[in-house]
Amino acid sequence: MSEATRGVIVSHAAVAEALLAAVAAITGVSDALVAVSNDGCDSGALAERLARAIGDKPAILFVDLPGGSCLTSAVRLAKGKTDVAVITGVNLAMLLDFVFHRDLSPAEAARRAADAGTRAIRTPAA
Amino acid sequence: MSIALFRIDDRLIHGQVVVGWGQPLHVGFIVLVDDAVRASPWEQDLYRMGVPSDVEVVFASTEEALERLPEWEKDPRVGILLAGDIGTLVALSANSHQVKRINLGGIHHRPGRSQRLRYVYLSDAEVEELRRLAARGVEITAQDVPTARAVPLQEFA
Repeated sequence: MSEATRGVIVSHAAVAEALLAAVAAITGVSDALVAVSNDGCDSGALAERLARAIGDKPAILFVDLPGGSCLTSAVRLAKGKTDVAVITGVNLAMLLDFVFHRDLSPAEAARRAADAGTRAIRTPAA
Repeated sequence: MSIALFRIDDRLIHGQVVVGWGQPLHVGFIVLVDDAVRASPWEQDLYRMGVPSDVEVVFASTEEALERLPEWEKDPRVGILLAGDIGTLVALSANSHQVKRINLGGIHHRPGRSQRLRYVYLSDAEVEELRRLAARGVEITAQDVPTARAVPLQEFA
């Protein structure tokens, strides 16, 4: 990959901002992710925010829920673009994996991040 | 039961509808009236993804909705009918006495609209459409989620 993949966190309210801050606090990496909230947006306005956040870079859209306005806008935007991937159920573990694998293609980085995010969901004995 | 909520929300099926309203109403089906989505199988798949498997999602054009509204009103399950714009509900209520209440859940900014509430932006023409509906006896309120106050039309338009 000649250009590093950009991560765009797409969420309700301020979840995306908070995740971005947490990634920066843990890793010191502050230029890999962009936060986008759906506050005050219909699907068209949110798609515009996402398009601005991606620019012309390869990107992964990390969406909070597997349905709803954030996902709808993200999939609409990614449809037909080979350099934009979408993941739902964003969590901190998947973002931490992603920021260190931005040299992969969006599809490969998305698969890795999804695995890391899934592995982080556990129910340890208390 | 019947259609418990006639809602205008330009985000169509999303969290406030499925969880915010769907859970307390114990919704059994959601009717999305949108001509564009009705004609787009991949968009239908997308909207279905956000809905629990025990809730049926029906995609209808405005014309189909006019025809099937009496059937949905007789359904023993609780339903939500959802449209993305005022014109669709105007069309439905013009041809049916079954639309007695309309909930404005999210009409966002576009050129020509001005802000009326945090989540309601309307053009002057849209205000007139809503006032005409209200004059015909349709109760119109804005309420994004069930725990919020239902704001009557005359308070914001």
